[in-house]
Amino acid sequence: MSWTLGPSELDDLARGAAILGTGGGGDPWIGRLLVAEAMREHGPVTVLDPEEVADDALVVPVANMGAPTVMIEKLPGADEPVAALRALERFLGREADATMPIECGGGNSMIPLIVAARTGLPVVDADGMGRAFPELQMETFHVYGLTASPLAMAGDHGETCVFDTGRDTVRLEDLARRVTVGLGGGAAIAEFAMSGSDLKRTAVPRTLSLALALGRAVREARAEHRDPVAALGEAVKGTIYGHLRVLFRGKVTDVERRTEGGFAQGRAAFTSMDGTSGLEVRFQNEHLAALVDGEVVCLVPDLVCVLEVDTGEPITTEALRYGQRVAVVGIAAPAIMRTPEALAVFGPQAFGLPFPFRPVERILPV
Amino acid sequence: MRIGIDVGGTNTDAVLLDGSHVLATTKAATSEDVTSGIVRALDSLRAQYGFEPTAVTGVMIGTTHFLNALVEARHLAPTAALRLGLPATSSLPPLVDWPPRLTEAVSGRSYLAHGGHEFDGRKIAEIDEDELRGHAADMAAHGIRSVAISSVFSPVSDEFESRAAEIIGAELGPDVALSLSHEIGRIGLLERENATVINAALRELAAGIVDGLAGAVAGYGICAPLYLSQNDGTLMDLEYARRHPVATFASGPTNSMRGAAVLSGVDTCAVVDVGGTTSDVGVLQQGFPREAGTAVDVAGIRTNFRMPDVLSFGVGGGSLVTGGAGEVSVGPRSVGYRLTEDALVFGGSTLTATDVAVAAGLADIGDRFAVAHLDGRLVKEALGAVAADVARVVDSMRTSSEPLPVVAVGGGSVLLPDVLPGCGAVHRPEHFAVANAIGAAIAQVGGEVDRVYAIDQGRRAAVLDEARQEAVDRAVAAGADPSGVRIVEFDEVPIPYLPGNATRVRCKAVGDLHHV
Repeated sequence: MSWTLGPSELDDLARGAAILGTGGGGDPWIGRLLVAEAMREHGPVTVLDPEEVADDALVVPVANMGAPTVMIEKLPGADEPVAALRALERFLGREADATMPIECGGGNSMIPLIVAARTGLPVVDADGMGRAFPELQMETFHVYGLTASPLAMAGDHGETCVFDTGRDTVRLEDLARRVTVGLGGGAAIAEFAMSGSDLKRTAVPRTLSLALALGRAVREARAEHRDPVAALGEAVKGTIYGHLRVLFRGKVTDVERRTEGGFAQGRAAFTSMDGTSGLEVRFQNEHLAALVDGEVVCLVPDLVCVLEVDTGEPITTEALRYGQRVAVVGIAAPAIMRTPEALAVFGPQAFGLPFPFRPVERILPV
Repeated sequence: MRIGIDVGGTNTDAVLLDGSHVLATTKAATSEDVTSGIVRALDSLRAQYGFEPTAVTGVMIGTTHFLNALVEARHLAPTAALRLGLPATSSLPPLVDWPPRLTEAVSGRSYLAHGGHEFDGRKIAEIDEDELRGHAADMAAHGIRSVAISSVFSPVSDEFESRAAEIIGAELGPDVALSLSHEIGRIGLLERENATVINAALRELAAGIVDGLAGAVAGYGICAPLYLSQNDGTLMDLEYARRHPVATFASGPTNSMRGAAVLSGVDTCAVVDVGGTTSDVGVLQQGFPREAGTAVDVAGIRTNFRMPDVLSFGVGGGSLVTGGAGEVSVGPRSVGYRLTEDALVFGGSTLTATDVAVAAGLADIGDRFAVAHLDGRLVKEALGAVAADVARVVDSMRTSSEPLPVVAVGGGSVLLPDVLPGCGAVHRPEHFAVANAIGAAIAQVGGEVDRVYAIDQGRRAAVLDEARQEAVDRAVAAGADPSGVRIVEFDEVPIPYLPGNATRVRCKAVGDLHHV
């Protein structure tokens, strides 16, 4: 059923989106402020369950593209994502019936809500990543045959452009990223325009409500002095994600970062409180793999999330610091993200990791 | 000789030092006007050790006054927040996330203007002088007396903030106070801007307090320079303090940790500061507090101040001891400031941690016969509970399996045993109760750089050296003796998705004060 999302739920949603961001996707705090401003001016947002969307409806996902470090300084605007949507509508010659996140993890979960508040369009409770990923083609939309083109992009001087690379979404990603740099390192995009029936076939369903439930679980646990990590496990149960495993509790003892091919690659080392055991997390913007004492325990596309141990607040890769006290959890990705076609696009090999994918709940049975 | 003074919300502590040798210490109630409390503290030091005021070579003061003024929303100046970034950033204007109570308290007005830079130094837009003059006229019409100026990516280029300051200053006249964000904070526009607005709102109060402090010290015949201590354990001179009151905000825990280091001679350790209601645990690395990594909320405003990583928990000298032998618990409830009325040793009827410490012979406070009747097993268990709590928190702050030495300071540290389970011996240095004033007295001066650099192929070492040199230069400009300045912090974070290996570099240098 459709439901209404108001300003009072944004803190929980932002926290949950940061958890699903698995260390990347940008800090949703600024996005949360933008949505709050948009809602203050235009009112709350209607969220549609994917099953409610008519098969012939036009759904246009929107997002921001660029470097999170740029967006905390040159704050993204609320006009740009609407401008990108309008530019794509002009190109298609048709108005959108709904918008949607392409990415439910991190700051990009918030952008469609700004658009929804400002245009009155409903937002669909689904996305194309089920978490956060670094590149445009790493979408279930792409995996299951949809094309990102045409892609409309808008910058902060009111400029827009539309790219159409046909079925070549990887080339589209490359071109769009170059223009993003020209626009100052951040821009809004609208892409993967799709029909309601394609949406139902290719999207990861109910990820906005999942983010909201995760954020709420952490807040309530903290208020009631319960373990927030255990509360997250409870919140995941019964969803299509289903399984949460605590991979490790300990402290950050080393963070190594380098830039390769435009991405922040690196690894973080954690040591258990008694110093007897070690966890290594490898990341490329997002966390990709977790190894305990050299053994793989969780692999992309399953989610590796680093949380402050006492509060359950998620920590991004950029904010990882020596000495932080953390709980690292693995969350099972839904089945739609674990098919052979999906693993070919965003499985361990797609990131150059030498480990075959194994579901976290099978590596660590209860 | 130097004098260190810590003006807390409750107590004013002061010490007289010769090098790191303690000549005299005092602890007295903080006065309403701050300055008379300081004069009393100086009197008390002099009564213990008859020094000549002219022999004093430096006075260092740590104060929570400005932080308290913000929290209590009093004595804040009518303030404008001006941001240069149009056409970008307009969706989230300055003050956007402020608690309404504080926006009102600073009569906050927010202005957007063209300007700002991109991450690589390109201009977002040229500055529009007429637009700025128009804003200045509106500020004047609304009685604004202090202006916070921020510009997008000003840590990369401060050009526009400086130019806007000239224009606004020319329009509003010499009495207006201008605070520039690149001098206040790091990358992260909203957080840096928030810190700058807080700073601007405190400028008038700072001028008054700083004059008062200087007057009190000068009136005492001390002609040595006066410094205030900052969040990161370094000092600022009075002129800097007048312009940057916000930099004093977290100096309290920093001072007590640094004081603990010099008193104990241990420079890498956990410091447990046991107060009346709570205890703070922080970690010193090479004599400096480890900093918190996440954003810091001050009075409900998000900032990116440099704050020490401190865990507080509810055990202190005033903590209630409840339950009988076998089920004793200590804290988190406390008698607070009523300790000297409610505790058994002071003739009250509430069993506190202080009573237990006196009963165990760890402290000689008040009337020890008032606790002579306490069950020995209960006393032992209560102290054991305190020790277990502290040990648990210290353990969670450790970052390696190596044991971390523990140094205990603060009036309540008598509660701690000589050996903490799992942590080893507890150093309880002499003069532990005034560690914060000692921390203020021995503070150094520092300089920091936080900027995005484009690192070309093969140029990494040169660029990083450049950053280090600039941090050193800033420390020297702040008064450090150039011969002893060293880099104490270095952090290099590549920025994803950008070409040219854009890398954010943060670097901090500190050194001893020149001439002290």
